[in-house]
Amino acid sequence: MEGLIAAIIGLLTACGIYLVLRARTFPVVMGLTLLSYAVNLFLFVMGRLNIGVPAIIEPDRAQYADPLPQALVLTAIVIGFGMTAFVVVLALRARADLGNDHVDGKDP
Amino acid sequence: MKALPLIVLLPFLGAMLPPWAVTAGRLRSAWVTGAVALAAIALLVAPGLSVMLQGETLLWQMDWFPALGLSLGFRLDGLALLFALMILVIGLLVILYARWYLAEQDPMGRFYAYLLLFMGSMLGLVMSENLIQMLMFWELTSISSFLLISYWRQREDARRGARIALAVTGGGGLALLGGILLLGEMVGSYDLSVILASGELIHAHPLYVPALVLILLGVFTKSAQFPFHFWLPHAMAAPTPVSAYLHSATMVKAGVFLLARLFPALSGSEAWTWLVAPTGMATLLLGAYTALFKHDLKGLLAYSTISHLGLITLLFGIGTPLAAVAGVFHIMNHATFKASLFMAAGIIDHEAGTRDMRRLAGLWRFMPQTGLLAMIAAAAMAGVPLLNGFLSKEMFFEKTVYMATFEESTWLLPVLATIAGALAVAYSLRFIHDVFFNGMPADLPRTPHEPSRWMRVPVEVLVVICVAVGILPSLTFGPLLAVAAGAALQAPLPDYSLKVWHGFTPALGMSAIALLGGLLIYSVRRPLFRWHDRLLGQVDARWVFEQLERSLFWSSRVLDRLIHRASLQYMLAVLLGATLVMLMLGFWQMPLTGSVALTPLDPVSAAAALCLAVGAVGTVVLHRQRWTALVMLSVVGLIVALIFVKFSAPDLALTQLSVEMVTIVLLLLALHFLPWTTPRESSLPRKLRDGALAITGGGLTATLTWAVLTRPYESISHWFLDNSVPGGGGTNVVNVILVDFRGFDTLGEITVLAIAAVGIYMMMRDLHLDSPKVDQEGRPWSSDRHPLILATFSRLLLPLALMVAVFILLRGHNLPGGGFIAGLIIAVALVMQYLANGIAWTQPRLSGELHPLIGLGLLTATATGLGSLYFGYPFLTSAHDHVHLPFLGDAELATAMLFDLGVMMVVIGITVVILVRLGSIGAAHRRTLLPKNGERH
Repeated sequence: MEGLIAAIIGLLTACGIYLVLRARTFPVVMGLTLLSYAVNLFLFVMGRLNIGVPAIIEPDRAQYADPLPQALVLTAIVIGFGMTAFVVVLALRARADLGNDHVDGKDP
Repeated sequence: MKALPLIVLLPFLGAMLPPWAVTAGRLRSAWVTGAVALAAIALLVAPGLSVMLQGETLLWQMDWFPALGLSLGFRLDGLALLFALMILVIGLLVILYARWYLAEQDPMGRFYAYLLLFMGSMLGLVMSENLIQMLMFWELTSISSFLLISYWRQREDARRGARIALAVTGGGGLALLGGILLLGEMVGSYDLSVILASGELIHAHPLYVPALVLILLGVFTKSAQFPFHFWLPHAMAAPTPVSAYLHSATMVKAGVFLLARLFPALSGSEAWTWLVAPTGMATLLLGAYTALFKHDLKGLLAYSTISHLGLITLLFGIGTPLAAVAGVFHIMNHATFKASLFMAAGIIDHEAGTRDMRRLAGLWRFMPQTGLLAMIAAAAMAGVPLLNGFLSKEMFFEKTVYMATFEESTWLLPVLATIAGALAVAYSLRFIHDVFFNGMPADLPRTPHEPSRWMRVPVEVLVVICVAVGILPSLTFGPLLAVAAGAALQAPLPDYSLKVWHGFTPALGMSAIALLGGLLIYSVRRPLFRWHDRLLGQVDARWVFEQLERSLFWSSRVLDRLIHRASLQYMLAVLLGATLVMLMLGFWQMPLTGSVALTPLDPVSAAAALCLAVGAVGTVVLHRQRWTALVMLSVVGLIVALIFVKFSAPDLALTQLSVEMVTIVLLLLALHFLPWTTPRESSLPRKLRDGALAITGGGLTATLTWAVLTRPYESISHWFLDNSVPGGGGTNVVNVILVDFRGFDTLGEITVLAIAAVGIYMMMRDLHLDSPKVDQEGRPWSSDRHPLILATFSRLLLPLALMVAVFILLRGHNLPGGGFIAGLIIAVALVMQYLANGIAWTQPRLSGELHPLIGLGLLTATATGLGSLYFGYPFLTSAHDHVHLPFLGDAELATAMLFDLGVMMVVIGITVVILVRLGSIGAAHRRTLLPKNGERH
């Protein structure tokens, strides 16, 4: 399972990097989204893979998933949305003001 | 002593007054500034007297950053008192002088504001107990002096002079910071009291020499020591009151002040003597020599100042207690006679219209009173008996002779000292003779005359001090010198006598030789000038500086062109490439696989992973077909949510699911206004490069993840697990961490979100985008804009969704849920209304816009935190209790829920505002097609 998770994170990173390096704003936004999935997953699994032991205190359970990375990632997901929204609106504004959707603001 | 910080603070606060006072009349600003300086002096009287009479060291301290050993601390001992008095008294005289000096068109408010800023910085510098704090004031003096030098900012030379001064003293400040940090490292404290008492420890430490060199770099740049002296003459572009204040009495003395201040801690080693004394000697000679050949009055005074600073440095470099006493004494004397000379030069410039000694002559007939004052001050500078300059120069000569008898190899010292003395006599003579005598003035820009009475008063005060000290030293400067020197030495004072007549000593002989030699040099000045012009006239240290500066600019431009191409793709590739290289270096020679047993793989997970892989790769492969790619992307997001479910993170799964929905809606809305396909424009090499970067990046990340996951780990989370119920009153540890243990972080995060929302809001103002009427294949958009079934069901669903959200919020503390998720659910439900029914229908039915909700949420969260302050607990402490609610049964209620409510409001506000604003760009366009009231379904 560890190998699978590592592969997933690697794949998401690779796809994200490739898209982020594109010349138009929309693929870049999609690339950023993929990269944030990868980063969130990476941070999350720093608490290791725990199956069936959510961090909700129950009387007769001793083992719990690590709640700390989860709390971190929860806010990261929401902030990630804020960031995506910001970049999207920036892209729209650039398109409106500059007349194209190239990341450098000028058509090649 | 509460007065100490006030004394420093007062000029800073007062600096706000002159620009304001100037609106009520130009000269008001001078009065206000004078009043501030007087108030500071009045505050200094009581503590100053107790320092003088009881020899106390007054301290005022306050913890600032105790973990780093930083405290705010002010200290008033003899040395600080001496400097504070010089700063305030000469400052007051300069304020008076500048009121007459500045021309009608010079903005007076700005001048006095800068002057007070400088005064405060300088006071802070000399009165700091903590060295880091002292360094801040040190840098503030650099900055405020930059502002003062460039006061006439329309003049090119003023701007350049200010820039050079800032570069040199700022660079020195950086070195000084390094030195201070090393010193703090050695001693374990930045407090002067500790450092001054640990001289032996410092000397024995291996870091002593590096620290000494760095500190001396700061000292030498500030006090214009060779080879950093060149900034001072260029700083003469400043208005003359500034030169009189900064470049004679105070700022350039900051360097030698630090020499005196750290004298007990750093002096007394070979390194000290060999670094400080030769620098001082070189500066003394070079300054005195160059001063003679300057035709500009202020240039002469500037080099003379350099030379005198060299003398003081040399005295401290000699390192004996007696030499240090002489150094402190000369600091006092030099400040008085040099400030008055600068002021006299300013008067001459002001009344005669030029400072060029080749044009000035015979001013004695026009301004005899100024002439007399200048003559006395210049005589003090030359070291003529019965004036204060004579006394300290005599002490200096005596020390050099003493050194020479003490050690054979230093016989050169008295000889060089006498030469420097003779040069000083020669340039002082030139200052007087060339300006006031030497024939009649020819073609002066103005007919010279005596200045206004009050402009001369500051000069008179200073000259009277020169004479009084020169005749009765022990009755005037005596007591102050004793406490100041005592504080500088931090030891009992050596035996010295302040007398005019010491009998026939070698020092007296040297003085006589210097006086005669100076007369001789001056008498042969014409051939000397010719010789100097031919030989050295072109040499200027500024040239070297400017070459250095130019090459620095050039290389930064080259570097800039190399790595910065105003192209996001290029920059990102460079950034990513560099990051990947660093990652690879990190992996170097590290075993990849750790020792932990692996979790078994199950077929369902493998299938999910396969879906995710198809989605991710599909997004990349199909990224030109943007709609299709977006669908692929949403598959990835959903599987990520499933991963959270699988690995025991229900809160994350819920959050991811709802964020996924709003993100996709957002991207769909955006895509409406963007091209629906991406043109093929990347070349093959570009694709290969990006592909290589992507594969390397992905491979390295996967390796890193693998390496981490297979290693054993230790977590701090058991603390959170143990304390969640007893401390936070909730069983859902993730939520308790968010709203309680790390509530401050969450508050910061929702603030960031709010800021992002403000940015988005502003960017969408006046955003004009054409909403396409047909899709890319030319088909019109669906005429059934708001399908009946969707519209009906969404309306039915709204109350249900809201109820679920309330449920999720309330249970969040104990079971998966919480403010973030509840907020997202409500947002999704609301956005659903907009999507299904249209903005025209939905907007009037929601009471008003939702963006005030963002502020309200932030306020609620903050108020909850502040509430705990009211009950005497730290910010954001949570309280919880078990209550019985009617109908709902038992519940554990915590104030953290209130905080969570704030979080929820922020999240709703932001999500809805972003999506609805974006949606209404198109709607505004469409609405014009509809009847005014809108179409109501």
